[in-house]
Amino acid sequence: MSIEPILQIKDLKVSFQSGKKFLPAVDGINFDLREGEILGIVGESGSGKSVTSLAAMGLIPSPPGRIEEGEIIFDGKNLKDLPEKEWRKIRGNQISMIFQEPMTSLNPLFTIGNQLVEAIRLHTTVSKANAKKQSIELLKLVGIPRAEGILKEYPHQLSGGMRQRVMIAMAMACHPRVLIADEPTTALDVTIQAQILALMKDLNQKTNTSIILITHDLGVVAEICERIIVMYAGQVVEQGDVRTILKNPQHPYTKGLLKSVPNLKSKKERLYSIPGTVPTPGSVPKGCRFAARCTEVFEKCQNETPDLYKLENEGHEVRCFLHTLKGRRDEHAGVTS
Amino acid sequence: MLTYTVRRIFSLIPVLIGMTLVVFAIIHAIPGNPAQVILGQRATKESVAELTKQLGLNQPWYIQYFDYIKALLHGDLGISLRTRVPINEEIWPYLTATIELTLVAIIIAVIIGVNAGIISAWFSKSWFDYAAMVFALIGVSMPIFWLGLMGQWVFSIELGWLPTTGRENVRDPVTAVTNIYLLDTLLQGRFDQFTVVLKHLILPSAALATIPMAIIARMTRATMLEVMKSDYIRTARAKGLRMFWVVYKHSLKNAIIPVLTVIGLQTGLLLGGAILTETIFGWPGIGRYLYDAIGYRDYPVIQSGILIIAAIFVFINLVVDLLYVFIDPRIKYTK
Repeated sequence: MSIEPILQIKDLKVSFQSGKKFLPAVDGINFDLREGEILGIVGESGSGKSVTSLAAMGLIPSPPGRIEEGEIIFDGKNLKDLPEKEWRKIRGNQISMIFQEPMTSLNPLFTIGNQLVEAIRLHTTVSKANAKKQSIELLKLVGIPRAEGILKEYPHQLSGGMRQRVMIAMAMACHPRVLIADEPTTALDVTIQAQILALMKDLNQKTNTSIILITHDLGVVAEICERIIVMYAGQVVEQGDVRTILKNPQHPYTKGLLKSVPNLKSKKERLYSIPGTVPTPGSVPKGCRFAARCTEVFEKCQNETPDLYKLENEGHEVRCFLHTLKGRRDEHAGVTS
Repeated sequence: MLTYTVRRIFSLIPVLIGMTLVVFAIIHAIPGNPAQVILGQRATKESVAELTKQLGLNQPWYIQYFDYIKALLHGDLGISLRTRVPINEEIWPYLTATIELTLVAIIIAVIIGVNAGIISAWFSKSWFDYAAMVFALIGVSMPIFWLGLMGQWVFSIELGWLPTTGRENVRDPVTAVTNIYLLDTLLQGRFDQFTVVLKHLILPSAALATIPMAIIARMTRATMLEVMKSDYIRTARAKGLRMFWVVYKHSLKNAIIPVLTVIGLQTGLLLGGAILTETIFGWPGIGRYLYDAIGYRDYPVIQSGILIIAAIFVFINLVVDLLYVFIDPRIKYTK
């Protein structure tokens, strides 16, 4: 596995028009996706995860949305101002995406075969018969038995798990280098969830496709991701490799998220939840965006905006003043001794 | 699919019977004795009574009704009281003239209406959207007779491009085979006549198409807007599909069912409701035929005319219903 980033998001800012104002939904985020890795993006609804992923697909609905600034660098090329025609060559081909709702993400009026063949033939010049063969291969790859039969069926004849497998097959049709999965398991029941995650992990290993897994479920992240980005109100608040963050979370928000994961041992207690809600775009408070809900808030948080600070472990970064406090204390200790 | 079709066709039988009953009842509720009308005001009571008996009008209504049904089942629509010609012979040219006009009108309405609706939804809130919807609003509220007269004034009288009335050049009449003149002239290789017939069709069909076009455009826009928000449209775009195909393949097929319903209903309405247009443009269609028959209290003609229009209406809706199944595979399995 190389360390080369295949996809880089730099200072990305995406706004949506509301009335006459443009409100930022994603506010200057940065991250790298390395070749062959599985990166988790975690955060509550409204934290900007989906908008980020749509931006990486060039699918921000415009109007009302627009990318204000930043770069989306894929394979060394900035995609931000790419014309629609060029985007089409990348979408579904180099970068593809699967969505949260398998029940409604397939067109109900076309057969599975039609939709798969369409995806294949969009980016390659194979014959219909050949594309059909490839479709069968793809369906087998995602673990669908009796693949030939399913080609003639319509989405309503399949279960949710099967549909999500078909979606994954479709996304993998042109052997993309990046697969963005926007909450792929949220709408599925637990056993199916595990199967789909295993499938994605498996595909990642077999094809070396890099995966961005967007989720609000830290359990899912722990299972298959190598690195995590925690987003809050349109910003990255913490990032690092999965073990470091799960064992030693630095941002109070990450800690809160971890505490609100159900735990078999503590089932008598009421499950923790972070008080309050994510501020909506446009109502973002001064200072740290999480201050109003933070359990460890102090004065500085209300007035100043924290940067993303690097921590000792490589790649671990956190957007919190607590860290600078600790650092300064250590510095002081150093000076006096 | 076949069983579904057969079942749907059988389900039409009670509808058709109901139709004959209603038509029969309405006609007989109208005051006035047809025998009196035929013979004129100065006819003697005896001759009126004689003719009444001859026509079977002295029988109780249910006997008249059963005689009527019996004849209908033999394909006999009766004889026109006025012209004494069997109705099935007489009505055909009128009916086909109307069918030709209606078909051309509905094709215009569908092509322009559906596309205007699609483009309005695709580029919603654009100048095209606003303009199309304003035109659609004007179109729905436009009185056809006024539009027809204006059309005649501008294109026939002022510009002299199009004929004012009729179906053909009376000095060079079309040899009717199917009586759909566009088809007849083409089959006979008379392209000169084809052009003439087409010119005669333009104004009346445009006038007739206005309202359905507006309704279809608005309906298409509304359903397309709804469909284009759905997840599978996002999926189609994420595949890298051109917007044109996203719209015309993935969205349109999902949006078309309610539009088809409207198209079916509008076609039916045009068939029976073209009287105004037919009158203004001197179109020898069924609307005018019926209108004349009503003036003469020509019961058999009125009954047959209404019955045929109603039957076509029912048939069109049957076709629309069958098309649903063809378009949406989910419908087949619900029954």
